[in-house]
Amino acid sequence: MSKFKKNKKKDAPGITTASLPDIVFMLLCFFMVVTKMRDADVKVRVRIPQATELQKLEKKSMVSHIFIGPPSPVYQAQFGSAPKIQLNDAFAKPEDIMQFVNVERSAINPERHNEMTCAMKIDGEVKMGLITDVKTELRKANFRRVSYLANKRAQ
Amino acid sequence: MAERQIPEINAGSMADIAFLLLVFFLVTTTIQTDSGLQVTLPQWVDEPLDPQDKNSRNVLEVVINGANQLAVEGEPGFPVESLKEKAIRFITNNGSDPTMSDNPKAAVISLQNDDGTDYSTYLGVYNELEAAYNAIWESEAQRRFGRPYQTLEKEDRMAIREDYPKFLSEAEPTRFD
Repeated sequence: MSKFKKNKKKDAPGITTASLPDIVFMLLCFFMVVTKMRDADVKVRVRIPQATELQKLEKKSMVSHIFIGPPSPVYQAQFGSAPKIQLNDAFAKPEDIMQFVNVERSAINPERHNEMTCAMKIDGEVKMGLITDVKTELRKANFRRVSYLANKRAQ
Repeated sequence: MAERQIPEINAGSMADIAFLLLVFFLVTTTIQTDSGLQVTLPQWVDEPLDPQDKNSRNVLEVVINGANQLAVEGEPGFPVESLKEKAIRFITNNGSDPTMSDNPKAAVISLQNDDGTDYSTYLGVYNELEAAYNAIWESEAQRRFGRPYQTLEKEDRMAIREDYPKFLSEAEPTRFD
């Protein structure tokens, strides 16, 4: 008889489930890392220009986004390829900005209205004519804190 | 065939591996924060203000045309790279050069663009002008306090900004229909 005694039990040992929580945690981490928080679906192509004098946008809840750029290929058949303004989820005209500002403001305590910022995400190739119209509307709505989003340029 | 017992896999280290991964991602992830050029638009007035005297020595006239070309003080083809330097010299002139500003408190930079100007060009120019002011405040902070501008107290920053106020006015754009 061999020195190493064979176990004659035939049933397979139960699979350990101790590692399952870890696997779940790992998945959780994976999704946490890859998820990009985004509240609006961007329907325009925006390649923002580069700049050096950037300031970080603070207080995310105080930021309203305006996107301007040519519609992305999916929407070009319907809306053409000329640059368009996107407010929330829909394409808009400069005249709609006043209403957009009022809706954004209504969600915020009136005392903090002056802390609100408008983040303008504008494609570098858009002509200034359209942007001037947007700026004029923002000024008329007295929504004057604006941030032109840009990427950091290496010096 | 002899029946073999399947050895129990030691799962004790699993947690360590998961933690290791968690720590790795925590360390390497940078949460994407938007950043941009912060601008305060001028108040809307129904009647436009009296146009400034563009020829005044206290106004640095910067114009971008529809072909994305820059002109400074009527001098066409001005390179964007030299604009910051030019603006700094203009603001901190203190009356020494008769074509430039009397003093920083009077110096105004007027930026005018065309409806056909590309946004990237406009932002590039705006960025240079912004950079000029930031550079002036920075050197002033170093001179007065020996510390970077961003680390100063709010009152000190305000004091500097009062002596070197940012007057960056945007004229009504030209329109060639």
